[in-house]
Amino acid sequence: MEIYSVADNITSPLGLDTASNHAACRKGVSGIDKIHSSVYYPEPFYGAVLKQDLKKALSGSSESSYTFLEQLFIHSISDALSHTSGLNKQRTLLVLSSTKGNIDLLAKDYKGTISKKRIEMEVMANAIAAHFDLLHPPVVVSNACISGLSAVLTAKRLIEVGLYDHAIVTGGDILSEFVVSGFQCLKAISDEPCRPYDADRKGVSLGEGCGTMIITRNKSLAKNPRELVRVLSGSQSNDANHISGPSRTGEGLKLVVKRALQHAGISVEDLAYINAHGTATMFNDEMEAIAFDAIGLGSTPLNSLKGYFGHTLGAAGVIESIITIKQMKAGELIPSIRFQNMGTTKPLNIVRSIKTISACEYALKTTSGFGGCNAAVVYKNV
Amino acid sequence: MKLHIQAHSRITPISAYAHGELVLNNKENLTFNLFGKELYRYLTVQYPKFFKMDELCQLAFLGTELLTSHIDHWDGEKVAIVLGNKSSSLSSDKRHYDSIADKNNYFPSPAVFVYTLPNIMLGELCIRHKITGENTCFLMEKLDAEFMHTYVKHLFEVELYQYCITGFVDYSDNDYVAELYLVSSQNDTDTPLSQNFDKNFNQIIF
Repeated sequence: MEIYSVADNITSPLGLDTASNHAACRKGVSGIDKIHSSVYYPEPFYGAVLKQDLKKALSGSSESSYTFLEQLFIHSISDALSHTSGLNKQRTLLVLSSTKGNIDLLAKDYKGTISKKRIEMEVMANAIAAHFDLLHPPVVVSNACISGLSAVLTAKRLIEVGLYDHAIVTGGDILSEFVVSGFQCLKAISDEPCRPYDADRKGVSLGEGCGTMIITRNKSLAKNPRELVRVLSGSQSNDANHISGPSRTGEGLKLVVKRALQHAGISVEDLAYINAHGTATMFNDEMEAIAFDAIGLGSTPLNSLKGYFGHTLGAAGVIESIITIKQMKAGELIPSIRFQNMGTTKPLNIVRSIKTISACEYALKTTSGFGGCNAAVVYKNV
Repeated sequence: MKLHIQAHSRITPISAYAHGELVLNNKENLTFNLFGKELYRYLTVQYPKFFKMDELCQLAFLGTELLTSHIDHWDGEKVAIVLGNKSSSLSSDKRHYDSIADKNNYFPSPAVFVYTLPNIMLGELCIRHKITGENTCFLMEKLDAEFMHTYVKHLFEVELYQYCITGFVDYSDNDYVAELYLVSSQNDTDTPLSQNFDKNFNQIIF
């Protein structure tokens, strides 16, 4: 069975739809800024948050009944659905990914009126499914930083077994004091905007946002057939090494890439482009370089989008898949922003400036995360 | 593809069972902190990392020890873990929030923060049992056996796994449950159980 992505949305500090986000990336605009607000952390730090004007545009009249994260999901799903026609809700599943959901409701000083029950991600997902009159109970996946790709793969599998024809795959996370203070105590946050793969990289910049992909067996749902790609194959693995750091040798990443290519029936030479995880921590980027080099992908054009969006955690796999698809369709790769000097022991072919590629039939998206998990998905141009 | 349940475990505040047989009764009504340690000692496991884990991970760890005692060796690439959970990492989340509640007494700790994701329990199981296949954590109200059966069965078919640990592990404010199943595509001899893995798999009567 052929599974397609037919429509999408990115809601991030760079804009409220995919087109504005893609345009910002092409222009080299980054959503990462210095944040001076004790709402997030007692001291200033670099991260990517939605500005007030975007927040206002999102909330509309729904402000009182939904949390900020829920507003992101609702806006993102509504916009993605508006690019489809003829979606039968009875055959549609919501697959939601998030690492921390409505974690802000758990704060001792939370003063909002939303029920604390919505801290439970299944309860939150039910509220969102109800908003869109979806009949089936949503599926919620929480696999740390690979959650977004896990959601894409889950949707693909549940359509393949015939349970549903379509899935709304949505991944979202917000920046919160909970997450910022946690990454700060791990000493993982860069004191400047993040620089994936660079020799002077100093860690992550966190971001917030939501990405939505409409995944279906029926490609005629696409209002704009030029947006179509196939979700060809994918796989997930674990390093079985450490809960908060990757395997030094990238064992789990090698395994998922090999399996994804095998399921796709293609070889490393067929891949025109890799959108990697590239968090800009010393260990992650080094691990990726070792893994890609070992499987013969050291010369394939590669970028990280973390310099534009920050690390959007449970949204990253979806948001970055969508920009991967936009690049495939445009035949044009976006530079890995702020990369200057190779900073890994094995070389990678990092995209340094806008790069036109003649054909991009297959692209690979990878992620790795806390808990030692890895995921890879191969997208095929149609 | 024919799939079998080879083993089964269940831990609640009342007792711990393996394959339908009582392992340990919590007759003194101990908190999980104490009952979990008693079970750990009872199982004569040597794994000091256990004492660094949060409650959710400890619970998943103990349930899995009960599940895999008959396995001497497996090829970790051919093993997957797919678990359900309701409360995420609530217990560690609260601990982390406590450490940042007062701006004048701010003490977030890496040892707590690294446990503030529900999939960390799967990561701990992967390290302990050298499992490198897929590990996925679904959040759900209670064990949705029909969904888990569909997902796990498909996983066996497309990724050619030999084993999958599945079930539901949840911990919140001292209410907890670990209900785990070892599913296999192989009809091994000397397994504690040999039950059909179907959409009613959680109705094994014990």
